[in-house]
Amino acid sequence: MLRRARVKRTRQGTYRLELPPEERQVIGSLLGQLRQLLSSEEVTDDRLRRLFPPAYADDAEADEEYQRLMRDELVASRMAAVEAVERSIDASVLDAEQVTAWMAALNAVRLVLGTMLDLSEDFDLGALGPDDPDVESYVLYSYLSMLLEEMVRASGS
Amino acid sequence: MPTPSAAPVEVEEPVGDTDVRADRPWIVIVWNDPINLMSYVTWVFQKLFGYSKEKATALMLDVHHKGRAVVSSGAREKAELDVFRLHEHGLWATLEHES
Repeated sequence: MLRRARVKRTRQGTYRLELPPEERQVIGSLLGQLRQLLSSEEVTDDRLRRLFPPAYADDAEADEEYQRLMRDELVASRMAAVEAVERSIDASVLDAEQVTAWMAALNAVRLVLGTMLDLSEDFDLGALGPDDPDVESYVLYSYLSMLLEEMVRASGS
Repeated sequence: MPTPSAAPVEVEEPVGDTDVRADRPWIVIVWNDPINLMSYVTWVFQKLFGYSKEKATALMLDVHHKGRAVVSSGAREKAELDVFRLHEHGLWATLEHES
């Protein structure tokens, strides 16, 4: 499918973000939902599992200590990214720091959506029927993947 | 408080063994997951660890094909900080004592 690039790096090292208003609206709404999830007291919410993975695979005690010390910091870091995107949600140009925040926030939403959908590596959007109850989540997930991929590519690694 | 007359307590683990354990570095492992994009994982390795594109790509491919890769190592505090930074970026990372 032909479509123009949404993210381009300029010669000044900034990023031109050509997103239609309706896409910005969708992103803003998803970030609002992520913010709500992150600020809920329900720390064991399964949808957040991938945002707070274990640090020690075979040492429950050490992991408990890590979660106790770091979880709040991880929440704060995610919230900071969400807020940075919300502040620049209508921007047509982003600086490098803002693009990094966009990437972190978009990926956090992908992790939540992917966990809810219980995605496997070979998931194929085209194989879904239009009546699938999760079709909207799959489409959002695929859209965010595409946008994140463009941002990674534009940041020229 | 131990009384002077008490018999010394047997130490189960020989002191020498503890020292060897402490000398071994901690390693940071990134695990494969079905959500993170390959390009994004490569970018995170470059950004966090300053790896070249080639090295970051090789590590990403190890994660993808072998299921895991050791991406850094060092003292426990450093390894834990690396894990935290990887978690900040949404990657599935753990640390463990090198065996």
